[in-house]
Amino acid sequence: MAEAIRLTYEISPDDFTRAGEASSDVKKKLRSLGVSPDAIRKVAIAMYEGEINMVIHAEGGIITVDISPDKIVMILADKGPGIPDIEQAMQAGWSTAPNEIRSLGFGAGMGLPNMKKYTDEMTIDTVIGKGTTITMVVKI
Amino acid sequence: MTVRDAMGILDATVLVGEDNLDQEVRSACGSDMMSDVLAFSKDHSILLTGLCNPQVIRTAEMLDIVCIIFVRGKRPDDAVLDMARDRDLVVLSTQHRMFSSCGLLYKAGLGAGAFGGAL
Repeated sequence: MAEAIRLTYEISPDDFTRAGEASSDVKKKLRSLGVSPDAIRKVAIAMYEGEINMVIHAEGGIITVDISPDKIVMILADKGPGIPDIEQAMQAGWSTAPNEIRSLGFGAGMGLPNMKKYTDEMTIDTVIGKGTTITMVVKI
Repeated sequence: MTVRDAMGILDATVLVGEDNLDQEVRSACGSDMMSDVLAFSKDHSILLTGLCNPQVIRTAEMLDIVCIIFVRGKRPDDAVLDMARDRDLVVLSTQHRMFSSCGLLYKAGLGAGAFGGAL
Protein backbone atom coordinates (compact mmCIF):
# COMPACT_ATOMS: atom_id res chain seq x y z
CA MET A 1 0.00 0.00 0.00
CA ALA A 2 2.16 2.82 -1.29
CA GLU A 3 -0.44 5.51 -1.78
CA ALA A 4 -3.14 6.91 0.45
CA ILE A 5 -6.68 5.66 -0.10
CA ARG A 6 -9.76 7.74 0.68
CA LEU A 7 -13.15 6.21 1.45
CA THR A 8 -16.28 8.35 1.84
CA TYR A 9 -19.63 7.31 3.28
CA GLU A 10 -22.92 9.12 3.61
CA ILE A 11 -24.62 8.10 6.85
CA SER A 12 -28.43 8.03 6.58
CA PRO A 13 -30.42 9.53 9.41
CA ASP A 14 -33.05 7.60 11.37
CA ASP A 15 -32.06 4.21 10.00
CA PHE A 16 -30.82 2.43 13.04
CA THR A 17 -30.97 -0.98 11.35
CA ARG A 18 -28.38 0.08 8.79
CA ALA A 19 -26.13 1.94 11.25
CA GLY A 20 -22.74 0.28 11.16
CA GLU A 21 -22.70 -0.61 7.47
CA ALA A 22 -19.97 1.95 6.75
CA SER A 23 -17.79 0.65 9.60
CA SER A 24 -18.34 -2.89 8.39
CA ASP A 25 -17.21 -1.90 4.89
CA VAL A 26 -14.08 -0.13 6.22
CA LYS A 27 -13.24 -3.22 8.23
CA LYS A 28 -13.43 -5.41 5.12
CA LYS A 29 -11.31 -2.98 3.07
CA LEU A 30 -8.62 -2.76 5.78
CA ARG A 31 -8.50 -6.54 5.99
CA SER A 32 -8.03 -6.83 2.23
CA LEU A 33 -5.20 -4.28 2.45
CA GLY A 34 -3.45 -6.45 5.03
CA VAL A 35 -3.62 -3.98 7.94
CA SER A 36 -2.90 -5.62 11.33
CA PRO A 37 -5.94 -7.13 13.11
CA ASP A 38 -5.30 -4.96 16.18
CA ALA A 39 -5.41 -1.71 14.20
CA ILE A 40 -8.46 -2.92 12.26
CA ARG A 41 -10.36 -3.65 15.46
CA LYS A 42 -9.52 -0.22 16.90
CA VAL A 43 -10.70 1.54 13.74
CA ALA A 44 -13.84 -0.62 13.51
CA ILE A 45 -14.93 -0.02 17.12
CA ALA A 46 -14.19 3.72 17.13
CA MET A 47 -15.87 4.33 13.79
CA TYR A 48 -18.88 2.17 14.66
CA GLU A 49 -19.49 4.12 17.88
CA GLY A 50 -19.18 7.36 15.90
CA GLU A 51 -21.52 6.10 13.20
CA ILE A 52 -24.12 5.11 15.79
CA ASN A 53 -23.80 8.56 17.39
CA MET A 54 -24.41 10.24 14.04
CA VAL A 55 -27.63 8.25 13.59
CA ILE A 56 -28.85 8.76 17.17
CA HIS A 57 -27.94 12.40 17.74
CA ALA A 58 -27.19 14.13 14.47
CA GLU A 59 -29.46 13.03 11.60
CA GLY A 60 -26.57 11.37 9.81
CA GLY A 61 -23.60 12.99 8.13
CA ILE A 62 -20.46 12.19 6.17
CA ILE A 63 -17.59 9.92 7.21
CA THR A 64 -14.25 10.17 5.41
CA VAL A 65 -11.55 7.58 6.03
CA ASP A 66 -7.99 8.22 4.83
CA ILE A 67 -5.79 5.15 4.85
CA SER A 68 -2.05 5.74 4.50
CA PRO A 69 0.89 3.41 5.18
CA ASP A 70 1.43 4.66 8.75
CA LYS A 71 -2.02 5.71 9.96
CA ILE A 72 -5.77 5.71 9.43
CA VAL A 73 -7.61 9.00 9.84
CA MET A 74 -11.39 9.03 10.30
CA ILE A 75 -13.31 12.29 9.96
CA LEU A 76 -16.96 12.16 11.06
CA ALA A 77 -18.81 15.33 10.15
CA ASP A 78 -22.46 15.98 11.00
CA LYS A 79 -24.86 18.90 10.93
CA GLY A 80 -26.46 17.94 14.25
CA PRO A 81 -27.17 20.03 17.34
CA GLY A 82 -23.54 20.18 18.54
CA ILE A 83 -22.21 19.14 21.96
CA PRO A 84 -22.80 21.81 24.65
CA ASP A 85 -20.30 20.43 27.19
CA ILE A 86 -17.58 18.19 25.71
CA GLU A 87 -16.03 17.39 29.09
CA GLN A 88 -19.37 16.09 30.36
CA ALA A 89 -20.00 14.16 27.14
CA MET A 90 -16.61 12.46 27.54
CA GLN A 91 -17.51 11.09 30.98
CA ALA A 92 -18.21 7.36 30.98
CA GLY A 93 -21.92 6.86 31.65
CA TRP A 94 -23.09 10.33 30.64
CA SER A 95 -25.73 10.11 27.93
CA THR A 96 -28.50 12.23 26.42
CA ALA A 97 -29.86 9.36 24.31
CA PRO A 98 -33.61 8.82 24.64
CA ASN A 99 -35.03 5.66 26.22
CA GLU A 100 -36.00 4.18 22.87
CA ILE A 101 -32.29 4.15 21.95
CA ARG A 102 -31.41 2.47 25.26
CA SER A 103 -33.89 -0.27 24.49
CA LEU A 104 -31.90 -0.86 21.29
CA GLY A 105 -28.69 -1.42 23.27
CA PHE A 106 -27.06 2.01 22.98
CA GLY A 107 -27.06 5.19 25.04
CA ALA A 108 -24.99 3.74 27.90
CA GLY A 109 -22.77 6.81 27.80
CA MET A 110 -19.77 4.88 26.54
CA GLY A 111 -19.64 6.06 22.91
CA LEU A 112 -17.20 8.97 23.12
CA PRO A 113 -15.06 7.34 25.88
CA ASN A 114 -14.78 4.20 23.73
CA MET A 115 -13.82 6.28 20.68
CA LYS A 116 -11.05 7.95 22.67
CA LYS A 117 -9.91 4.67 24.21
CA TYR A 118 -9.41 2.91 20.88
CA THR A 119 -7.73 5.74 18.97
CA ASP A 120 -4.30 7.36 19.26
CA GLU A 121 -5.65 10.87 18.73
CA MET A 122 -9.15 12.30 18.88
CA THR A 123 -10.30 15.89 18.45
CA ILE A 124 -13.85 17.23 18.65
CA ASP A 125 -14.85 20.44 16.88
CA THR A 126 -18.40 21.39 17.71
CA VAL A 127 -20.60 24.43 17.16
CA ILE A 128 -24.01 24.55 18.82
CA GLY A 129 -26.77 24.47 16.22
CA LYS A 130 -24.30 23.88 13.38
CA GLY A 131 -22.76 20.48 13.90
CA THR A 132 -19.84 18.41 15.11
CA THR A 133 -16.72 17.11 13.41
CA ILE A 134 -14.75 14.39 15.15
CA THR A 135 -11.31 13.47 13.85
CA MET A 136 -9.76 10.21 15.03
CA VAL A 137 -6.34 8.78 14.20
CA VAL A 138 -5.21 5.18 14.59
CA LYS A 139 -1.51 4.59 13.97
CA ILE A 140 -0.61 1.45 12.09
CA MET B 1 -12.94 -24.32 26.18
CA THR B 2 -14.59 -24.65 22.78
CA VAL B 3 -17.91 -23.22 21.63
CA ARG B 4 -19.21 -26.80 21.75
CA ASP B 5 -18.24 -27.04 25.45
CA ALA B 6 -20.08 -23.79 26.20
CA MET B 7 -23.08 -25.11 24.31
CA GLY B 8 -23.16 -28.24 26.46
CA ILE B 9 -22.77 -26.31 29.71
CA LEU B 10 -25.74 -24.09 28.85
CA ASP B 11 -27.91 -26.78 27.17
CA ALA B 12 -27.96 -24.42 24.23
CA THR B 13 -29.19 -25.00 20.69
CA VAL B 14 -27.39 -23.87 17.54
CA LEU B 15 -29.15 -21.26 15.43
CA VAL B 16 -26.22 -20.50 13.08
CA GLY B 17 -22.76 -21.95 12.53
CA GLU B 18 -23.08 -25.67 13.20
CA ASP B 19 -19.78 -26.28 11.40
CA ASN B 20 -17.80 -23.86 13.58
CA LEU B 21 -18.44 -25.30 17.04
CA ASP B 22 -14.88 -26.46 17.67
CA GLN B 23 -13.40 -22.95 17.81
CA GLU B 24 -11.61 -22.09 21.02
CA VAL B 25 -13.03 -19.38 23.31
CA ARG B 26 -10.99 -17.73 26.07
CA SER B 27 -13.26 -15.09 27.56
CA ALA B 28 -16.85 -13.90 27.65
CA CYS B 29 -18.84 -10.73 28.11
CA GLY B 30 -22.52 -10.49 29.12
CA SER B 31 -24.56 -7.34 28.50
CA ASP B 32 -27.61 -5.90 26.79
CA MET B 33 -25.83 -2.58 26.29
CA MET B 34 -23.71 -2.77 23.16
CA SER B 35 -21.48 0.17 24.11
CA ASP B 36 -20.52 -1.70 27.27
CA VAL B 37 -19.64 -4.66 25.09
CA LEU B 38 -17.61 -2.41 22.78
CA ALA B 39 -15.54 -1.31 25.77
CA PHE B 40 -14.49 -4.95 26.03
CA SER B 41 -12.08 -6.19 23.42
CA LYS B 42 -10.57 -9.62 23.80
CA ASP B 43 -9.67 -12.26 21.29
CA HIS B 44 -11.74 -15.44 21.00
CA SER B 45 -14.70 -14.17 23.00
CA ILE B 46 -18.31 -15.12 23.56
CA LEU B 47 -21.01 -12.45 23.81
CA LEU B 48 -24.02 -13.30 25.99
CA THR B 49 -27.00 -11.01 25.49
CA GLY B 50 -30.76 -10.73 25.64
CA LEU B 51 -30.86 -8.07 22.95
CA CYS B 52 -32.01 -9.35 19.57
CA ASN B 53 -31.49 -6.57 17.00
CA PRO B 54 -29.02 -6.29 14.07
CA GLN B 55 -26.65 -4.14 16.13
CA VAL B 56 -25.77 -7.19 18.24
CA ILE B 57 -24.37 -8.83 15.11
CA ARG B 58 -22.53 -5.64 14.10
CA THR B 59 -21.05 -5.26 17.57
CA ALA B 60 -19.80 -8.85 17.42
CA GLU B 61 -18.39 -8.18 13.97
CA MET B 62 -16.43 -5.11 15.09
CA LEU B 63 -14.94 -6.99 18.05
CA ASP B 64 -14.16 -10.22 16.16
CA ILE B 65 -16.38 -12.10 18.61
CA VAL B 66 -16.59 -15.82 17.84
CA CYS B 67 -19.99 -16.73 19.25
CA ILE B 68 -23.17 -14.95 20.37
CA ILE B 69 -25.39 -16.68 22.93
CA PHE B 70 -28.94 -15.38 23.28
CA VAL B 71 -30.17 -15.95 26.83
CA ARG B 72 -33.69 -16.51 28.25
CA GLY B 73 -34.65 -18.55 25.18
CA LYS B 74 -34.55 -15.54 22.91
CA ARG B 75 -34.27 -15.96 19.17
CA PRO B 76 -33.63 -13.09 16.75
CA ASP B 77 -35.52 -12.95 13.45
CA ASP B 78 -34.23 -14.57 10.26
CA ALA B 79 -32.76 -11.33 8.86
CA VAL B 80 -30.54 -11.02 11.93
CA LEU B 81 -29.54 -14.69 11.73
CA ASP B 82 -28.66 -14.23 8.04
CA MET B 83 -26.38 -11.33 9.00
CA ALA B 84 -24.62 -13.64 11.48
CA ARG B 85 -24.29 -16.35 8.81
CA ASP B 86 -22.69 -13.87 6.38
CA ARG B 87 -20.09 -13.04 9.03
CA ASP B 88 -19.27 -16.66 9.96
CA LEU B 89 -20.48 -16.17 13.51
CA VAL B 90 -21.83 -18.97 15.69
CA VAL B 91 -25.21 -18.14 17.23
CA LEU B 92 -26.62 -20.18 20.12
CA SER B 93 -29.76 -19.88 22.20
CA THR B 94 -30.12 -21.02 25.82
CA GLN B 95 -33.09 -21.11 28.18
CA HIS B 96 -30.86 -20.00 31.07
CA ARG B 97 -31.09 -16.40 32.23
CA MET B 98 -28.17 -14.01 31.87
CA PHE B 99 -26.93 -14.38 35.46
CA SER B 100 -27.06 -18.18 35.42
CA SER B 101 -25.50 -18.40 31.96
CA CYS B 102 -22.55 -16.23 32.97
CA GLY B 103 -22.19 -18.08 36.28
CA LEU B 104 -22.19 -21.51 34.67
CA LEU B 105 -19.54 -20.55 32.12
CA TYR B 106 -17.40 -18.81 34.73
CA LYS B 107 -17.61 -21.82 37.04
CA ALA B 108 -16.50 -24.02 34.15
CA GLY B 109 -13.33 -21.96 33.82
CA LEU B 110 -14.16 -19.31 31.25
CA GLY B 111 -12.68 -16.01 32.43
CA ALA B 112 -13.60 -12.42 31.81
CA GLY B 113 -10.20 -11.52 30.40
CA ALA B 114 -7.88 -9.11 32.19
CA PHE B 115 -9.77 -7.39 34.99
CA GLY B 116 -9.54 -3.63 35.04
CA GLY B 117 -7.95 -2.96 31.66
CA ALA B 118 -10.50 -3.76 29.02
CA LEU B 119 -13.46 -3.86 31.36
